[in-house]
Amino acid sequence: MNTLNLLPVLPEILVLAAACVILLVDVFLPDGKRHVGYWLTQITLLICAWFTLTTMQEQPVLAFNALVVDDVLSDLLKFFCYLSVSAMLFYSRGYMLARGLFRGETFVLTLFSLLGMMVMISAHNFITVYMGLELQALSLYAMVAMHRTSNAASEAAMKYFVLGALASGMLLYGMSMVYGATGSLDLDAIARGVLTGEGNRTLLLFGLVFIVSGLAFKLGVVPYHMWVPDVYHGAPTPVTLLIGTAPKLAAFAITLRMLVVALGGLAFDWQGMLMVLSLLSMILGNLIAIAQSNIKRMLAYSTIANMGFMLLGFVAADPNGFSAAMFYSIAYVLTTVASFGVVLLLSREGFEADNLDDFRGLNQRSPWWAFIMLLVMFSLAGIPPTVGFYAKFTVFQAVIQQGFVWLAVVAVMTSLVGAFYYLRIVKLMYFDEPVDTAPLESRGDTRLVLSMNGLALLLFGVLPQPLMGLCVIALAYSGFL
Amino acid sequence: MNVQAALFYFFAAILVFAALRVVTSRNPVHSALWLVLAFFTAAAHWLMLRAEFLAIALVLVYVGAVMVLFLFVVMMLDVNFDNLRSQFRSYIPVGATVGVLVLVEMALVILGSFLKPVTAPAGAAAARGSNTRALGSVLYTDYVYPFEIAAVVLLVAIIAAIVLTHRKRKGTKYQNPGDQVKVRAKDRLRILNIPSEKREGQA
Repeated sequence: MNTLNLLPVLPEILVLAAACVILLVDVFLPDGKRHVGYWLTQITLLICAWFTLTTMQEQPVLAFNALVVDDVLSDLLKFFCYLSVSAMLFYSRGYMLARGLFRGETFVLTLFSLLGMMVMISAHNFITVYMGLELQALSLYAMVAMHRTSNAASEAAMKYFVLGALASGMLLYGMSMVYGATGSLDLDAIARGVLTGEGNRTLLLFGLVFIVSGLAFKLGVVPYHMWVPDVYHGAPTPVTLLIGTAPKLAAFAITLRMLVVALGGLAFDWQGMLMVLSLLSMILGNLIAIAQSNIKRMLAYSTIANMGFMLLGFVAADPNGFSAAMFYSIAYVLTTVASFGVVLLLSREGFEADNLDDFRGLNQRSPWWAFIMLLVMFSLAGIPPTVGFYAKFTVFQAVIQQGFVWLAVVAVMTSLVGAFYYLRIVKLMYFDEPVDTAPLESRGDTRLVLSMNGLALLLFGVLPQPLMGLCVIALAYSGFL
Repeated sequence: MNVQAALFYFFAAILVFAALRVVTSRNPVHSALWLVLAFFTAAAHWLMLRAEFLAIALVLVYVGAVMVLFLFVVMMLDVNFDNLRSQFRSYIPVGATVGVLVLVEMALVILGSFLKPVTAPAGAAAARGSNTRALGSVLYTDYVYPFEIAAVVLLVAIIAAIVLTHRKRKGTKYQNPGDQVKVRAKDRLRILNIPSEKREGQA
């Protein structure tokens, strides 16, 4: 393996090069021309998407001494990362302009965190997983703190940084235990070591506990959820949107690669751990969300609950479960992007539309955006015919097939509780009088992308099969089925 | 008890004592200095394990960079600053003790390795020549990908540090030396022709 094959990491190289170019170009731009950096970022994402999709290969390709893998799964997840980052930029342009965040550094840090996610998604070695995670997290810490005049943002950044560092430490400690037991950091070599039983089982399980804890931190599931509400609330809304979407896909990818590929031999053990995490998240997330009056906090608890639902797919620990979890992650990301998109749309200079009351009477102010928000809330609650319904349906199905009927029953009960606070927003929008009557102003491209995003929730809800088929194919070609 | 074991216990005792003092001393500057001693002693342990790269890296990175930064921060924060100044002399014994101990440790390690070759542990024996060379050769070949990502992480750290600290304050008066050099008398001095007022009643 001495030849250097750069093709599998071409999208990563592109993103890195583009970030450096934008960093340099931005220095020479006058303040009025910041949109050059913005459009360069969008073009980079477009080119990366094109490269990623056109260089897709059926067989997984290992590169860089098997540290990196390029398979259909990684291509698909990367594509959805580009999509959500691009949507984040489209939705938040007006918001960032009004708050002095529309700067080259924002775009550069966004691209660097995207690079980190891509490295995580393509990782085939614990070292690569860790490096990607650090790159992604470091960029996001800085972005949370960028809005310096806000005390909430500084506090959120501090909490995110300290807890994130703790999580990385735990993950790293777990990795070192697994390394001690199997003598390797390569996913396949660890899998062989676990299956042949060469490694010390106690040491492996010890490492597994730390790895699961680290992953749980990154996914934001109970009892490692403390950072989620504060960070979602304190960060500028575009950054919240970024934290809440694409990193979840990357976290899904590393969970899949670390637990299923490398530690698949310990499936029985991590199944139990994930079951506890998932149960607690669904119950706590949905219950506490009811008490929130701030929509960003409410969506944070909703994230916790949703990640609990997603983990149900891993609890099932079979091909159906993994494809259901993947579908759930993608559906969740599409929905969350749109939900924060509407919050950003309602915000304007000097006004954050982050309270539930700001949604009162939205139907009278703008029936179209009320309808889009309705679709988002239906999708999060899991009401047909939106994509959220099918996502929940497939994870429940996967869990029931494995004989965990009681788990599915609890999950349905908690999602019923969840329906209350999602539908409360629908009630506020359609049956209450508006408090705030300022006209909603937004750019044409923002409106177009947000409308498409909202309608996509409906489209994938009515016709889920193509997307589900893609998930199944991606997992099958990447050797998971 | 051979020399190696004696050295190990000697360094271990200093390490444990220094580490204890880090957490028990009341003055943050004392703590930082004890931590320097702890790092030095740990580096000595690594040298005894023939991990000379790690030992040097520990001294260079932690003692040379991290602890200096740490001391800067401790001194920048206003921790009993008047007390610090008045008790300046009282640091000299502590500083001198730490310095002498570090010197003695280094001397012992160097002399010890000259006097009697230490038997290498199984892992280190595999590396031919120095392990700095061995590490370097895998770092730039097999592990070049994570190495590059680490470089990107450092770049992000630089960008983030600048983004979070650099700002243009309103009302700050910046100097532009170019403009100052090019200035002419008429930019500084304006001669106005003001007609003299007529006195009341003179009309």
